[in-house]
Amino acid sequence: MIKQKACAGTLESSDIYVEIAPAAAGSGIRLNLTSVVMQQFGDQIESVIRQTLDQLDVKDAELTVSDRGAVDCTIRARVETAVCRGKGEE
Amino acid sequence: MRRSMLFLPGNSPNILLNADFLGSDSIILDLEDAVAPTEKDAARILVRNAITSLGYTREVIVRINPVESPYWQKDLREIIPVKPDMIMPTKVGCAADVKVVSDYITQLEKEFGMEEGGVKMIPLIETAMGVENAYEIASADPRVTAIFLGGEDFTADMRCKRTKEGTEIFYARSRMVLAARAAGVDVYDTPWTDVEDYDGLIEDAKFAKSLGFTGKSSISPRHIPFINEVFSPTEEEIQYARDVFDCIEKAKAEGKGVVSLHGKMIDAPIVARARQVLEAAEAIRGGK
Repeated sequence: MIKQKACAGTLESSDIYVEIAPAAAGSGIRLNLTSVVMQQFGDQIESVIRQTLDQLDVKDAELTVSDRGAVDCTIRARVETAVCRGKGEE
Repeated sequence: MRRSMLFLPGNSPNILLNADFLGSDSIILDLEDAVAPTEKDAARILVRNAITSLGYTREVIVRINPVESPYWQKDLREIIPVKPDMIMPTKVGCAADVKVVSDYITQLEKEFGMEEGGVKMIPLIETAMGVENAYEIASADPRVTAIFLGGEDFTADMRCKRTKEGTEIFYARSRMVLAARAAGVDVYDTPWTDVEDYDGLIEDAKFAKSLGFTGKSSISPRHIPFINEVFSPTEEEIQYARDVFDCIEKAKAEGKGVVSLHGKMIDAPIVARARQVLEAAEAIRGGK
């Protein structure tokens, strides 16, 4: 469960900046995504973000994500870092 | 074959993406000095994912934080399951520093059902105490396959200035090579830190090679071709090594006990050196 606002990543090329905030139980994942490759890969990026949240058992959260052309392993890493920080695990 | 090792910051996705294409024999993904304390968590997750997903063909070494820090066990817990080739523990001062890291790696290998001892170690020696204890560090554990001199931190610990001439690290370099060779492991030299001074780099690398170093590290991809060239056998050396073995075969066929080449007797050290040259040449041709 996300307890606090947290962020991870940067706005540098090939990175992705993820902000996460708590949301009411049952409200689901609310995702505001922007990307430099939105037209080509927007759906895939969103899918990777949602899969990662699911694997980390995050059901309810509000995310603002700004992608700078990150590959999947970077997207997963930054989402995981933001979630860990949001859960207060670091 | 490991002639060059390239340090790369562990929290930079763009650099991690290109790490395999920068020409070094090994890549050192850094969780220590190149990562701010507030980003240690992010870097270890990113490096873990990069190793898993990017299919590196170069040897992968992960530099972890010192055992005095609160980070080193977290680093290993994240990184060991994805099985890097080597772990570089930092500020290693004695054999106990090696053992504590090795024991924790063993614990993780058991926990994750991995082959025990599969991940090797290259301790970074960068203090006066570490240099004094170089032999016991090099022979502390079967995981240790090489040791590494960190010149910048070493000179800070020695309270002397780091210079291009390198007089202040001459004893440490010599001591490290001696310790490594006595322990039967490889030994790697500190980076040349002036990124633009290629002539200085080449001289420094040649000097390190002349002392017996196996190879040299770098903080700049632009240094890698020069380091690879210095630490590769020359065509003349390869030809001479071949001539040595041809000469031995010929002498055997003729039933001669004493062999000479170009008027010089071929004895055991010459044969050993010729073998090393041919093995190095073969390894370079064969890639990793």
